[in-house]
Amino acid sequence: MGPGGIASGGGEVLSAFETLLKQSNLSAEIKDRCSTHKVGCLGMCSMDVLVDLFIDGKKTTYQKVNAGMVQRIIDEHIIQGAPIAEWITDEEYDNFYSKQIKVVLSDCGVVDPESLASYVANGGYKATDKVLKTMSPVEVTDVMTKSGLRGRGGAGFPTGLKWETCRKVPSSQKYIICNADEGDPGAFMDRAVLEGNPHAVIEGMLIGAYAIGADKGYVYVRAEYPLAVERLSQAIKEATAKGFLGKNIMNTGFNFSIKLKLGAGAFVCGEETALIASIEGQRGMPRPKPPFPVFSGLWGKPTVINNVETLANIAYIITKGAEWYASYGTEKSKGTKVFALTGKVKNTGLIEVPMGITLREIIYDIGGGIEGGKALKAVQTGGPSGGCIPASMLDINVDYESLAKVGSIVGSGGMIVLDEDNCMVNIAKYFLAFTQLESCGKCVPCRIGTKRLLEILERITKGLGREGDIELLERLSKDIKSASLCGLGQTAPNPVLSTLNYFRDEYEAHIRDKKCPAKVCKDLLTYSILEAVCTGCGACKRACPSAAISGDKKKPHKLNADLCVRCGACFDVCKFKSVTKE
Amino acid sequence: MLKITIDGKATQVPQGTTVLDAARMLDISIPTLCHHPKLTPFGGCRLCLVEIKGIPRAVTACTTPVTDGMEVTTSTPQIEQLRKSVLELILSDHPNDCMLCESAGDCTLQELAYFYGAKGSTFEGERRVYPKRDGNPFLERDMEKCIMCGRCVKVCDEVQGVGAIDFTYRGFKSKICPPYEEDLNCEFCGQCVSTCPTGALTGKMWSLKGRQKDVKEVDSVCSYCGVGCNLTLNVRNNEIIRVTSKPDTWNEGWLCVKGRFGYGYVNSPDRLTKPLIKKNDTFEEVSWDFALDYISSKLKEIKKEFGADSIGGLSSARCTNEENYLFQKFIRSAIGTNNVDHCARL
Ligand SMILES: Cc1cc2nc3c(=O)[nH]c(=O)nc-3n(C[C@H](O)[C@H](O)[C@H](O)COP(=O)(O)O)c2cc1C
Ligand code: SF4
Ligand code: SF4
Repeated sequence: MGPGGIASGGGEVLSAFETLLKQSNLSAEIKDRCSTHKVGCLGMCSMDVLVDLFIDGKKTTYQKVNAGMVQRIIDEHIIQGAPIAEWITDEEYDNFYSKQIKVVLSDCGVVDPESLASYVANGGYKATDKVLKTMSPVEVTDVMTKSGLRGRGGAGFPTGLKWETCRKVPSSQKYIICNADEGDPGAFMDRAVLEGNPHAVIEGMLIGAYAIGADKGYVYVRAEYPLAVERLSQAIKEATAKGFLGKNIMNTGFNFSIKLKLGAGAFVCGEETALIASIEGQRGMPRPKPPFPVFSGLWGKPTVINNVETLANIAYIITKGAEWYASYGTEKSKGTKVFALTGKVKNTGLIEVPMGITLREIIYDIGGGIEGGKALKAVQTGGPSGGCIPASMLDINVDYESLAKVGSIVGSGGMIVLDEDNCMVNIAKYFLAFTQLESCGKCVPCRIGTKRLLEILERITKGLGREGDIELLERLSKDIKSASLCGLGQTAPNPVLSTLNYFRDEYEAHIRDKKCPAKVCKDLLTYSILEAVCTGCGACKRACPSAAISGDKKKPHKLNADLCVRCGACFDVCKFKSVTKE
Repeated sequence: MLKITIDGKATQVPQGTTVLDAARMLDISIPTLCHHPKLTPFGGCRLCLVEIKGIPRAVTACTTPVTDGMEVTTSTPQIEQLRKSVLELILSDHPNDCMLCESAGDCTLQELAYFYGAKGSTFEGERRVYPKRDGNPFLERDMEKCIMCGRCVKVCDEVQGVGAIDFTYRGFKSKICPPYEEDLNCEFCGQCVSTCPTGALTGKMWSLKGRQKDVKEVDSVCSYCGVGCNLTLNVRNNEIIRVTSKPDTWNEGWLCVKGRFGYGYVNSPDRLTKPLIKKNDTFEEVSWDFALDYISSKLKEIKKEFGADSIGGLSSARCTNEENYLFQKFIRSAIGTNNVDHCARL
């Protein structure tokens, strides 16, 4: 259960099963063989709560389960052996999973994240055993290089090369850090891994530490992930108690320990040099590179920083081999990638797909298409550093190179589906507001430049845009990208540039015609009542908070535009579609 | 030694030299605002961006260490344009009231804006509004003029070891202030004032006393203690209106609160400028010769009547080593007693 499942009532469903199973008149024999398990996120948020029922090895999955349904499942299915067809997952559920390939998430939803024994029973720590007992550090970095694994934190830097570079730096003290600061709005890939399979991350760190020659590791995890923090601390404690962490691991003489460091919720602390400053107790502000952390990182020592998802891949690659991993993906983007699929798509949730899959497959096959039969407008990938890919490019392959070519990025895996009701200027404004608030303030182009970009976008969406604003946005965006210190500022203008590139007409409509084509920007809307359609029911008049609507009962009503505050209450309440929004 | 070519000029520099230092050795000027030669590099103002062959994006010269064979270009139309944009962004959030600013004429920002023709109107928008409300007696903190170069933060931490101020908040609202935005309550050494490249930090007692161009600089030595820091008295109309110190002095330009702000006594009406001798219960002014003769005769008298050990000497920490040496020599040889001590032991 991740937070989605818990919020949908996963806890109640579980305790309902536990108490009702005890109460029901099952024979003693079945009672002993019957057990309930809490597992990590299965990915399909829109169908929560999901319950997998295993009877004699046969799995049945129920969707949208609530505590009230549990008694019937027990009575009819468990006791009488008759599954309840109308509650069982449908085709949509199968489609959601059929195009996915699970590596990182393969054990999420299978192992009990709060039990080391469950992880080990699933083959956990076998990779560590293999690495520590049979492989040299160079052999480990070689496997990573051959697998083609690239950093999943956003930049896509080859993991093997990073490890190998750090391994070669002579130093008596090195560190490995797991970046679990996951700050992109709407992203929850790393969270699901940490909450669903924390030992996989620990194992990745352990193997990385062995490869580079580190004996200490840090997990920098945001404090807003209490469940991840809890499961991770518990996993570290248990792994230490059982000798998977600590001194002389598996009697090989290798020592490695992990400390948790909680981040206070600054997005910029996900940037590696800011993250290091934060661990050192300083304000989380990036510093220019070079020197890169592999040469001079935490406390000035050689340090490898890897993302949660990157690390969670490692054990699988060691166990199943570099060739197996490299068989997924494209020439330059290997393996699979986890995405947080959100927005106007039917099946929202966490998905893992092979690199190179098309955007169309993700949205229509896995995501089940657009909600409410609306038209797809664009897909935003890469969060605040990313861009929008227009619907016309739906057949694009989702990999590092192809997305970069069209002005977006894979990033850490955010994927927001936008439909005809989304205003692209407003989308750009949303991301800019985020990056501006999160700028660390160190450098001028980012601190003041993003503020100015945001102000221009704000005035455009308020109908106060001026001739020349588009050119100013473009010029300022380019300067901010070239002059900023860290990745935050260097990529902050991307949402503006990519929407300007593909949806320039929307900007122009806002500026020249003072119209928002998607009818989102409040200040540009005019509400009116179609007198021919109005039945005079008076619902709109009652709903209007500013007494802008007048009219006698059963007579067509009128809307006074001067008094209208554009709240849309009349539009929402009218059953006859006589209120129009332009 | 590492070979480096900057704008076509070749030189060799020791390991650890930054591109900025190397350029300055070659007399090639690169604009900076946040850089200070005595403080760790920051890389925040982005003015020192240069192009280096083989590195895809412009990097800051102040933070980039020279590597062997490096080829650097410090000025291209693209880089100059970026520098101008950066300055214009700073000016878009700056009071631009140079008319009234204490630092006009002595302000790096003003200077660079002039040379780059940077206008405050290119990127207009919201400005930070902060009341000037720090109640401390020495430092005026006008944070609307602050450009967040971080020099004050670093000098306070790295040189003074105090850490009285730091960055707070994020985004446009980022700000430098003491903890909890309280009034400054520190040593008041004013080191931050001396490193601030704008008019954000000034001395309260400097207000409206005169601009830097009107000042006659008189080099002197601080008389507050035996350390002997080199000072520069900023004199206007025969009045000290400010005290500064130059970076090439042995105290490297750093001063303490007394040396920097304690100059008020110089023109104080209460200050004694001539010796006084008490006669008939009132003090009367006498000449230095008279006073010295008087002391000498009194000492001789006491020694003759009561012996040398009835006399003791106590000298001051404000004297130099040499002066203290002479004093003990005088007490031991001329007076003939070992009764000599020093206020620093008390
Ligand atoms: C503003 C900013 C925020 C970032 N946030 C994260 C983050 O939350 N998680 C992460 O893994 N990487 C983040 N990164 C990328 C890291 O700096 C770094 O590249 C990454 O952790 C390296 O790991 P990888 O090679 O495994 O991807 C961020 C980068 C920037 C510029
Ligand atoms: S680009 Fe933004 S976040 Fe990065 S150092 Fe500069 S101000 Fe800070
Ligand atoms: S107060 Fe002055 S020295 Fe301190 S950060 Fe601001 S501009 Fe720089």
